[in-house]
Amino acid sequence: MRLTVDGQSFDIDADPAMPLLWALRDLIGKTGPKFGCGIAACGACTVHVDGQPVRSCSLPLGQVSGAVTTIEGIGTADRLHPVQQAWLEEQVAQCGYCQAGQIMSAVALLDEIADPSDADIDNAMGGNLCRCGTYPKIRSAIRKAAALKTAGL
Amino acid sequence: MASVGKIARRTFLIGAAAVAGGVAVGYYYYRKPFPNPLEADLGKGEATFNPYVKIGADNTITIVAPRAEMGQGISTTLAVMVAEELDVGLDQVKVEHGPASYAYYNAAILEEGGPFAFFDEGMTAQAVRSGLGVVGKFLAVQATGGSASARDGFDKMRQAGAAARHLLIAAAAQKLGVAAADLETANGSILHKASGKSLTYGAVAAAAATMAPSAEVRLKDRVDWKLLGKPQKRIDMLAKVTGAPIFGIDVRLPDMLYGTVKMSPRFWAKPVKADLAKAEKMPGVIKIVPLETNYGHGFGIIAQNTWAAFRAADAIDAQWADPEYPLGSAAISDVLKQALGTKGSAMRDNGDVDTAFADAPRERMVEADYAVPYLAHATMEPMNATARFSDGALDIWCGNQAPTLVRQLCANAVGIGQDKVTVHTTFMGGGFGRRTEMDFSLCAALMAKETGGRPIKVTWTREEDMRHDAYRPAAVGKFQARLGDDGMPVAVDMKIASPSVIASTLRRLFPSIPPVGPDKSIVDGAYDQPYTIANYRVSGVAAPVSIPVGFWRSVGSSINGFFHEGFMDEIATAGKIDPVEMRKRLMAAYPSAVKVVEKVAAMAKWGEALPAGKAKGMAFTLSFGSWVGEIVQVADTPAGIRIEKVWIAADVGTALDPGIIEAQLISGAIYGLSAAMGQQITFADGMVEQSNFHDFDAMRIFQCPTFEVAILENFHKMGGVGEVGTPPAAPALANAIFALTGKRIRTLPLSTMVAFA
Repeated sequence: MRLTVDGQSFDIDADPAMPLLWALRDLIGKTGPKFGCGIAACGACTVHVDGQPVRSCSLPLGQVSGAVTTIEGIGTADRLHPVQQAWLEEQVAQCGYCQAGQIMSAVALLDEIADPSDADIDNAMGGNLCRCGTYPKIRSAIRKAAALKTAGL
Repeated sequence: MASVGKIARRTFLIGAAAVAGGVAVGYYYYRKPFPNPLEADLGKGEATFNPYVKIGADNTITIVAPRAEMGQGISTTLAVMVAEELDVGLDQVKVEHGPASYAYYNAAILEEGGPFAFFDEGMTAQAVRSGLGVVGKFLAVQATGGSASARDGFDKMRQAGAAARHLLIAAAAQKLGVAAADLETANGSILHKASGKSLTYGAVAAAAATMAPSAEVRLKDRVDWKLLGKPQKRIDMLAKVTGAPIFGIDVRLPDMLYGTVKMSPRFWAKPVKADLAKAEKMPGVIKIVPLETNYGHGFGIIAQNTWAAFRAADAIDAQWADPEYPLGSAAISDVLKQALGTKGSAMRDNGDVDTAFADAPRERMVEADYAVPYLAHATMEPMNATARFSDGALDIWCGNQAPTLVRQLCANAVGIGQDKVTVHTTFMGGGFGRRTEMDFSLCAALMAKETGGRPIKVTWTREEDMRHDAYRPAAVGKFQARLGDDGMPVAVDMKIASPSVIASTLRRLFPSIPPVGPDKSIVDGAYDQPYTIANYRVSGVAAPVSIPVGFWRSVGSSINGFFHEGFMDEIATAGKIDPVEMRKRLMAAYPSAVKVVEKVAAMAKWGEALPAGKAKGMAFTLSFGSWVGEIVQVADTPAGIRIEKVWIAADVGTALDPGIIEAQLISGAIYGLSAAMGQQITFADGMVEQSNFHDFDAMRIFQCPTFEVAILENFHKMGGVGEVGTPPAAPALANAIFALTGKRIRTLPLSTMVAFA
């Protein structure tokens, strides 16, 4: 089976029932998306398929219908995505484990709504659990990222 | 000398009894320094000055921050302590966790282990404190907990930086042929102003490291701090926003296998019957092995990938023996209530409580029964560890809060010497006390014996994690107060029963050591609060339920913050006194407490009228050396109660990084609110009923209030920050709900009585 991840093509030999998350982590070596619950209840595994946020822990490989983007595909340490830049400036992360998923949800939100309201943020981010309680900073970072994106930075 | 180790081990978790050990063996061992573990593993051109500092010839400066980074920012703050005195910027250093070593023992974690409140500075309390600090050295446990890391590191790590700088200057003076007094340091370089000559630290590091360290090194005065006391950019932030492989679960090794565990869902119970055939035949499964540890019994599944291992674990058909504890939550609760009826040990006993209540008229009495449930830690990163056992040596990679214990227990488990075990401590996707446990490391170590030398990463499912925790114990409390003519309490009697965290932990870690003496953690957060009441007794009873219980963010204070402060609110209501005013009066002997209460009340505009459908509640808890007041504002909405805003004032004595401290206070409060709103672990048929985030959830972003935080520095001793935001959160919320609805909820979680929006 052929999978496109972060712009790169991979041939993998796996059961089509295997969730995308485990193909990414164990077979391809993309450890950015995290395992948190396995039932799409925490959002730590969030990646994009054709730009849409999905919970990769509950998406069987056989149903992956497009190009996959992980946290490693949106920016790098030298070229951060505006959302990552905002996360860095706002010093959002504590343990950091949920943040790849949070950032992927936020990127998808801002791609859809350039200047989200509080309710938009609640709707888009409600599926991403954070046990450290970084929500207030996630909120401010999303606002900052919206401003950075609008300014074209 | 065997007795040294024996006394040390015996006293590990037992608090006051430890002092005997310290006195018995004298101070010789205390003074003798541990060898520097960095010497064994230096790179080419690298020099080390002490266990915390390495400098390479290329001027690469490495600081070892030997505490578990589980989100609390400790790796940054510890690095700043060294950098401040070494005169380097945080962006110039590499920060590493370093190896497991006794050199990195945590003395502060035990200092408050004696039966004394933090504010008790009497001779006995101080003697016990320094005695327990000595014991910390004897035990030399490298551990992260008790909100103690910054307090433990504050002198040690600043001295490490200062001592290294001193030697670098001395070496530079020799090389340049000038007086050391004429040299200045900045940004990793040494400058001779008069001649304009300068040398990097790296250029003189090798020479400096061979020189004898000076006995006296002066630390900077606070006014000269450039980094400490100011918010810093966290050293781990870039890695965390780019998805870098920094967690235990991200470890990848050549030729690595994957695995998971399926342990008995009934604690301590063995499998009676198990059919492995179906699971063994599943695609990707290599082998299924029995696992036996002090944590319980079950099976390890070794597979080609994690998903194959998960599926095989599901397919194991096993029957487990009956548990040794009651089968269900109601029966467990009965054991707790029975314990409450027995005589407890009083950790606080002022005045004459029995006499004060003997002739109390009914209308002056306030009485209440409280209860809280078992709780899981539910860290975002499920338990996992990676192990490789080859050529008689074990390497283990995992996020853990106690590397020297991982080394010791894994060495015993696989039957090799501790010197053959290397522990690689990674960043942690949450800890909250869960990663002080050894189960995930032991399982991986045992499974690594079965792979023919190939490394194996063993990841638990969320379900396995939720159902095999060392839980925050359930607790029940019986409280009574007698009011005086002015409505103020003249007598308060508090009795709390709960399974002992200490006894439970000993059973898992050191089963040969019997627990001795009362477990102070049962009454922590209730017996040690800064209130003066003429007749005031707080006693605790250890309830005999053997479900594993452990250290959950703020430990006993997570229970007793709710009990004590909920009941204080009831006393104020019964006495018709404003709860803030009542606390200020009772706290008059403790100015730091009064200032915290005044500050948080001012921030929240306490006393000003609110629109209909909104209300506030407040609570205060002194824990881990910090004095914390919280006020919660709730609103009645059509969808349920909404937590709108939380104000926090905290006196931490010395604030080393206000940005990180504020983040920790908010984090602790959200952790406490999450539990208070809806979390409980319940039992049926001897097994945990909850399994994942659908039935053990936490606060979501759409439920998150706004926060306003004030950090005070009035008290003369430094307090902790990682846990202290948690204890007052639940009672402040429950008190706000009472103010809003008139409903006094004395049992957590609150969601059994009210709905949250």
